[in-house]
Amino acid sequence: MRTNDVMLQTATKVVTFIILLFAVHIFFAGHYTPGGGFVGGLLTTSAIVLLMLAFDMNTVRKILPINYVVMTAVGLLLAVGTAAASIVFDVPFFTHAYDYFDLPLLGETSLHSAMLFDAGVYLVVVGVTMTIIQTIGEDE
Amino acid sequence: MSNLLLFPIIIPLIFATVLMIFPKNLKMQRWIAVIGAASTFVAGLFLLAKVQSDGVQAVTLGSWPAPFGISMVSDMLSVLLVLSSSLITLFVVVYSYSTIGIKREQSYYYPAVLFLMTGVNGAFTTGDIFNLFVFVEVLLMASYALIVHGGEKPQLRESIKYLLVNIISSALFVAAVAFLYSVTGTLNMADLAVKIPEIEATGILTVIAVMFLVVFGFKAAIFPLYFWLPGSYHAPPVPILALFGALLTKVGVYAIMRTYTLFFTMNIGFTHELLAIIAILTILAGCVGALAYFDVKKIIIYNIIIAVGVILFGVSQMNEAGIEGSIFYLIHDMLIKAALFFLVGIVAVLFGTTNLRKMGGLIKTYPVLGWSYLVAAFGLAGIPPLSGFPGKLLIVQGGFEGPQFWGSIVILATSLIVLLSVVRIFIYAFWGEPVETVPLKKSSYYQMFTPTVVLVAITVFFGVGAELFMPFISGAGEVLLNPSIYIDAVLKE
Repeated sequence: MRTNDVMLQTATKVVTFIILLFAVHIFFAGHYTPGGGFVGGLLTTSAIVLLMLAFDMNTVRKILPINYVVMTAVGLLLAVGTAAASIVFDVPFFTHAYDYFDLPLLGETSLHSAMLFDAGVYLVVVGVTMTIIQTIGEDE
Repeated sequence: MSNLLLFPIIIPLIFATVLMIFPKNLKMQRWIAVIGAASTFVAGLFLLAKVQSDGVQAVTLGSWPAPFGISMVSDMLSVLLVLSSSLITLFVVVYSYSTIGIKREQSYYYPAVLFLMTGVNGAFTTGDIFNLFVFVEVLLMASYALIVHGGEKPQLRESIKYLLVNIISSALFVAAVAFLYSVTGTLNMADLAVKIPEIEATGILTVIAVMFLVVFGFKAAIFPLYFWLPGSYHAPPVPILALFGALLTKVGVYAIMRTYTLFFTMNIGFTHELLAIIAILTILAGCVGALAYFDVKKIIIYNIIIAVGVILFGVSQMNEAGIEGSIFYLIHDMLIKAALFFLVGIVAVLFGTTNLRKMGGLIKTYPVLGWSYLVAAFGLAGIPPLSGFPGKLLIVQGGFEGPQFWGSIVILATSLIVLLSVVRIFIYAFWGEPVETVPLKKSSYYQMFTPTVVLVAITVFFGVGAELFMPFISGAGEVLLNPSIYIDAVLKE
């Protein structure tokens, strides 16, 4: 018999968004402060795992209909693609570029292509950890 | 085009990633896998031409100056190894079509093969000791996936052993790199080659050199550390076994070659003599195994260990003949082992067993298969016009010129045992009373046999046309014997 977990589910609905926001913050802060794609990815996974604990795997799959293996592949392609873009400009592999841009709302911001590489890492980390958890979780 | 030397690493990586997106589409999987392997081979050919005309190629990633970034270096040795490993992967992919089974093909088999190729090519190309560790892990992860792929009972049992041994040796690798870094303060191989001769405390460096021998010895299966190999390699199906037998131990051999010629040269009297003794013991241990078994896969598996010993004995002599001989023998051995595993795989499919005692009389029904097996077996033993001969001849010559002449005598004597062990397969499986074979469709037989016979033809060409290949081999040997060429190419500015 399933116990009544209304407390857990209500708390989860709030806490998940806080964790997700923190994950995004950690991810974007990685260039100047501790953080980055790896930790950001793990935090995002922890938010999804919390959802899975509070509800169940099928509900979560309805909320997030994502094929995590494809997500891993896309992340890898993004990371390799960022590194390989340097080949087009005939500089050594993995040479990054950066510049300052005037963005609306944010003002003058430095944008660095290492960010795209980190986004690839983020997708791979989320994809791999979620694949592991889903595969073990669904194992009968 | 400064990034050309990275193409053999990036191409299989991108193709493997794309293949992960649609695992169930069999036709696309096969086509994209074979295109990926073939284009890697073509990129390797371009790189060979470039290295041949312009000398050692080096690029430091991220436009950083040399000792600070990760250097990737492509000298003649690494290009030749990248080329032969790409060629073997191409043949393994084609051979897999009819042997590996649709269920395995649909669960990420080809991505794993291409990731393995990425790791192997990266390990051959890198010029940074920690990056070497990372690429070794890339190829090991892919090999873990492949060894357990399909999930049969023996595979599950052996994959646990394989994982355990490799995790322990990888941990030891990290520890050895940490020691080396704390003594020298650098990880770049060319920079290490500059710094190590300046350090006077050779005692600690000798200890580190022996640690590296243990680490790479686990990967390459040298004498006391080969215990995991026969069982683990016996478990997976033949195409995977061919890939492992041809490539994985050779990465360890290459790493020993590179470290023991480039920077661990401060105490040759101890380290290289130790290497020579271990190499001879490896040959003897392999010979015992090759004679002891009546299982076709086991016999060829023990021949891997023998070949590792022969190559390392050539390296330990540190003279021109020995080094060139080991390079030639290394490439020959990669090709011939893949060919032999392919042949043995067909024989095992035809009889439905790997037990030699239950086989017989195949020469009447499959004559071409029989004769190509005999050619490959003679090539392995080193009978003159074939590919095993020039390498072994040079290694033996190197031994007679060097301090360990008795090692050369052991190598010559054990060649007879190698010949005996592989000819025994020929005698039992192809001669004698015909045994009923498993009926096989003509088309699927030819799908298996075509890549095999082409690979055997390549090994014959490699032996008969040895004169054509010798300029490349001696170019590779020159860089190994004169580390200054390597150092200048990396630290040029």
